[in-house]
Amino acid sequence: MSEKTNQQIVEESNQELNEYIKSDYEAGFVTDIEADTLPPGLNEDVVRFISAKKGEPEWLLEWRLKAFAAWSEMDEPEWAHVTYEKPKFQDISYYSAPKSMEDGPQSLDEVDPELLKTYEKLGIPLHEQAVLAGVRNVAVDVVFDSVSVATTFREKLKEAGVIFMPISEAVHEHPELLKKYMGSVVPQKDNFYAALNSAVFSDGSFVYIPKGVRCPMELSTYFRINEQNTGQFERTIIIADEGSHVSYLEGCTAPMRDENQLHAAVVELVALDGAEIKYSTVQNWYPGDENGKGGIYNFVTKRAVAHTNAKVSWTQVETGSAVTWKYPSCILKGDNSIGEFYSVALTNNYQQADTGTKMIHLGKNTKSTIISKGISAGKSQNAYRGLVRMNPSAEGARNFTQCDSLLIGDKCGAHTFPYIESKHPSAVIEHEATTSTVSDDQMFLCQQRGIDPEKAVSMIVNGFCKEVFKELPMEFAVEAGKLLEVSLEGSVG
Amino acid sequence: MLTIKNLQAKVEEKDILKGLDLEIKPGEIHAIMGPNGAGKSTLGNVLSGREGYEVTGGDVSFDGKDILDMDTEERAREGLFLAFQYPVEIPGVSNLEFLKASVDSVREHRGEEPMDSVTFLKLAREKCKAVNLDQNFLKRGVNEGFSGGEKKRNEIMQMMLLEPKLCILDETDSGLDIDALQVVAEGVNSQRDPNRSFIVVTHYQRLLDYIVPDYVHVLADGKIVKSGGKELALELEEKGYGWLENGGQ
Repeated sequence: MSEKTNQQIVEESNQELNEYIKSDYEAGFVTDIEADTLPPGLNEDVVRFISAKKGEPEWLLEWRLKAFAAWSEMDEPEWAHVTYEKPKFQDISYYSAPKSMEDGPQSLDEVDPELLKTYEKLGIPLHEQAVLAGVRNVAVDVVFDSVSVATTFREKLKEAGVIFMPISEAVHEHPELLKKYMGSVVPQKDNFYAALNSAVFSDGSFVYIPKGVRCPMELSTYFRINEQNTGQFERTIIIADEGSHVSYLEGCTAPMRDENQLHAAVVELVALDGAEIKYSTVQNWYPGDENGKGGIYNFVTKRAVAHTNAKVSWTQVETGSAVTWKYPSCILKGDNSIGEFYSVALTNNYQQADTGTKMIHLGKNTKSTIISKGISAGKSQNAYRGLVRMNPSAEGARNFTQCDSLLIGDKCGAHTFPYIESKHPSAVIEHEATTSTVSDDQMFLCQQRGIDPEKAVSMIVNGFCKEVFKELPMEFAVEAGKLLEVSLEGSVG
Repeated sequence: MLTIKNLQAKVEEKDILKGLDLEIKPGEIHAIMGPNGAGKSTLGNVLSGREGYEVTGGDVSFDGKDILDMDTEERAREGLFLAFQYPVEIPGVSNLEFLKASVDSVREHRGEEPMDSVTFLKLAREKCKAVNLDQNFLKRGVNEGFSGGEKKRNEIMQMMLLEPKLCILDETDSGLDIDALQVVAEGVNSQRDPNRSFIVVTHYQRLLDYIVPDYVHVLADGKIVKSGGKELALELEEKGYGWLENGGQ
């Protein structure tokens, strides 16, 4: 190091930082299976095709067509702090199902072994044997491209009275519940992407927890986009009846593709009186390569309604996607209801994220907590956008927001857009925000104690996220930590 | 143990060390004193290989190895320890996690297995006790919300865990009250060993009442201008540095 100028040192240290934060996308493989894919394009016939393909009743077709009509009149939102080439909606295929699924597998034994291998690669033990052997006490529903492939543990859940099945089945088995709740939290016309989803959604998970039941295990959905030029439009509906409790986790990956792929999901949560829903997401969609080519557009609408004394917790770890547009929200409708949002969003290379939450306080003494941790590296842009609204009815409502940004390197950006509206004089709203960097002093302390620079960065970033990770179910917290480590991994220059 | 020959270094284009020589044998304690801006802290940073400290000439041999081409973490694993003047906070990273990562990386370098968590926890608790830190500090974030004295004791605890060959204490006494100073000094003294050497960088003679050096050096304008036994510190306390700086030019 003896001959270097300061400028060189600075440049090299930047380069080193860039090396640390480089990483390969481990889930970027393509599964070679025959698929039944609709040609690209979107019109009423496509909507009818999807509905017919799934043997849906008339009411659902009407519901979809209404959404499609609304969508046709809507414009893509442009207010988010992201720039990207807009998806060409007529170039996307709106339905893709693995061909061997045509008749639908009756049990895991009938599932295409190629699919099972895919899940193995992803580290999801699908076989119940493995699960029973203590590998993981989680019921998993897997959505591959557009179709729900296998739901494990259904029997055990049935004993508890819990319904956990693909929406495509719920349509036939529990039409009354579906009819009542679908669109009740996120209406068809809610926004551009929600409307699109409502028109063409292919499948998703349906969960109902009966009164007073504590769901005996974590429920989980794993999403994967595999086919080229397909979009993924799944819906998730979770209804927690009075006094019930459920914890739900979704994970997402996609193969590496040069072109952008669209993912526009809708999640609706209903927590009835005294119920509690904990919804955790580990989102690792393909983020594009280091030059910003390819990657998933992740435009998602997630919203919950909490009735009296109910509690809804959103926890998200977002490390993937080229562009993320996502605001898991809570409508605190009932008195004393509680909404929480814990978020870690890591962007690297050319990734862009505009994410946050909305807490709408309607009931008396409602409480919300927002903890958001944004980590920007490379040339990425990371924005927190959050709305806290205290309605005139929200007497004694409280909110606490903490919004921290961590910058790695000097070419990335962190932005915070808080919106606060208080229409009740007794409401208390607190907002704290910090921006920090992984400092040279911290790096030096770690290195002086013998710790690898790479390990040091990952340790510091994990420490920064600790408050959020502790909200994740135990084993997923470990997974999330590892995911960050992988995202920050690279050779040291 | 450590041989420094004609060491020259600059920081932000400014020459700070201008030909420093120092020879330290195993088991010795050397105190480095001197006026502000003489390059005392720079010495510790240069020896540790900190970014931004550019060596422009000279040689440093540590335990028979040329360390100037080594990365910071490699030097640390070889047994060079720097106790910081202002230890930095790492929020959210527990002290225990940090210490374990540190100890394991040094062990790996020596070809040893990582320590199992139970043994490590026991050891860390012992060391906490030795520097009079509550065990809760192991759970807290690295230096997060620690008082000045607690941070320094935390540094000494790290030193005890890592068992380095050479410890550089960079103005460890700054900001310490007399009780904390005694605890820190006791910690250091307990680590004295025929195979372990110390460089104690300090502004004041006070620390040397507790950590008694074998040699005292005066660093002024990037060079060692006078060396002597422990009595030199007392002389400096009385006369200040002015006479040496002038004489040294």
